[in-house]
Amino acid sequence: MTDATAPTGKPRRKAGARWRVPPLPGMILGLIAVWYLAVIPMNVQETLTAAERAGAEVSPPSAVERRDMGAWALVARNPGELGQSWSLDRPRLPSPHQVLVELYDSTIDEELNGRRGLLRSGSLSNRGLAHHALVTLNATFLGFLIGTGLGILLAIGIVHSRVMDMSVMPWAIVSQTIPIVALAPMIIVVLYSVGIQGLLPKAVISAYLSFFPVVVGMVKGLRSPDAMQMDLMRTYNAPTAAILWKLRLPASVPYLFASLKIAIAASLVGAIVGELPVQKGGLGARMLAGSYYGQTAQIWAALFVAAALAATLVWAIGAAERRTLRKMGMAA
Amino acid sequence: MTTPVTDTPGVPDAKVAVPVISASHLDLTFQTADGPVHALSDITLDIAKGAFVSFIGPSGCGKTTFLRCMAALETPTGGALSINGMPPDEARRARAYGYVFQAAGLYPWRDIGRNVALPLEIMGYSKAEQRERVARVLDLVELSAFENKFPWQLSGGMQQRASIARALAFDADILLMDEPFGALDEIVRDRLNEELLRLWDKTHKTIAFVTHSIPEAVYLSTHIVVMSPRPGRISDVIESPLPRERPLDIRDTPEFIEIAHRVREGLRAGYQE
Repeated sequence: MTDATAPTGKPRRKAGARWRVPPLPGMILGLIAVWYLAVIPMNVQETLTAAERAGAEVSPPSAVERRDMGAWALVARNPGELGQSWSLDRPRLPSPHQVLVELYDSTIDEELNGRRGLLRSGSLSNRGLAHHALVTLNATFLGFLIGTGLGILLAIGIVHSRVMDMSVMPWAIVSQTIPIVALAPMIIVVLYSVGIQGLLPKAVISAYLSFFPVVVGMVKGLRSPDAMQMDLMRTYNAPTAAILWKLRLPASVPYLFASLKIAIAASLVGAIVGELPVQKGGLGARMLAGSYYGQTAQIWAALFVAAALAATLVWAIGAAERRTLRKMGMAA
Repeated sequence: MTTPVTDTPGVPDAKVAVPVISASHLDLTFQTADGPVHALSDITLDIAKGAFVSFIGPSGCGKTTFLRCMAALETPTGGALSINGMPPDEARRARAYGYVFQAAGLYPWRDIGRNVALPLEIMGYSKAEQRERVARVLDLVELSAFENKFPWQLSGGMQQRASIARALAFDADILLMDEPFGALDEIVRDRLNEELLRLWDKTHKTIAFVTHSIPEAVYLSTHIVVMSPRPGRISDVIESPLPRERPLDIRDTPEFIEIAHRVREGLRAGYQE
């Protein structure tokens, strides 16, 4: 205590400050470490089988017996035979470097050296992640546009009509309680039966997820002008349309952007889910194919691309938000 | 500049003029969850053309409610009220008045010029006319240099001046002001009071002005309506003998102090009942 209160003028260095790691890289490093550790018990069955095939002594020697044992127990009984954990061909949980290699192989390497790659065929390889990401992105954007447009229209209706307020909102909420994975195949089948396939069904699923946050946010935003602002419009004897265009819509822009950030991420999820039953390209199709053929690294690589896409999209909306609000004099 | 013709501009005695606002036995009862609230009771008042009438009284005396009735933002439950010879709602639809709220309420996404143009856009004035009128009223409130600035770049007093300009832009004869300077500090308030008087003198508007401040009411008004609460009613109407020309130091004259005293007495009487 005497040290801390001493008027030395210099702030005392905290104990261990020398070892301080910046928060974000620190967290990432921590996660990677956990991941590497988790690989051992997750893959222990396959690791021991591989070790047995290579002629090592494994305990217990019976595969059937091993199957019924806990992962940690196997790890504890075979500490010397776990070297293969991080380099299995078909791991249950691929290790981070395997995912990175898969990412490299299915993007840069595929486009540069693949038979169907960008360099040789002049177009993105349909085996590469870039192609699949673009397919997903297309559906995401179309779904996002449909969902946002629908959301804004519904919100305008809800704000202006008591009947719509009472009737639409409950259905909008109910619509979001149905698991999209259950609904997606039905949407695709129904649309297929009326001759619609390809991009649109995926976009519809994507819109189904993304309209909801827009409705909720826009209803709040359109209602955000206070009583005084509404009174002022009344003293001008302003028609409803003028109130909408000149007051409600501009006032709702900050709410819209908050909703759009959620909506774009939801659109991406919708597009991926929509690709699962169709299997005509896209990150969703890629993930499912990976799971069919036990290519977990492929699933994880697609997963990372999807996450990176989502982060980029949300960031882009955030950038547009900052620009717009600054221009409108509403920057927080 | 086209200003409406008043009977006798420059003459403070407005008694001879036609009443532009006329209330007789006005009643308003709000139905609330806690039972009925008698906000206005038996209000009878005529406001002549060109008059500057202040409404003063403690909170809950119904002064703002009365103003809102004039603006057709509230509907009286009894009695009669006419604005320019019309029922209030008709007068509202005829855009007979400009209303200034306690908060400036400028749109942050519009610059000052476009804020002032807002009522003009809604009322369908042509672009050229909008420009001409915006320039004229901004000049009137001395904000011409700020036409392209955004509200956040202006002080509170300037924002309130802009909101007055907005209320003046469409040339309504009546200006209803609900504690427009209530949120400003005293120095700014003095200055805006002076400016408001000059503006009133120039434009010959009829002004109904709600305030909490006795000096403000006495300084500005030709008539001071003292109100008292529960139920909201008029307890005194004081006609000011002060001349139309009022420099700020008129507030140190015996006449001024005497009227202020009478207003204070009226307020106190309202409380004791």
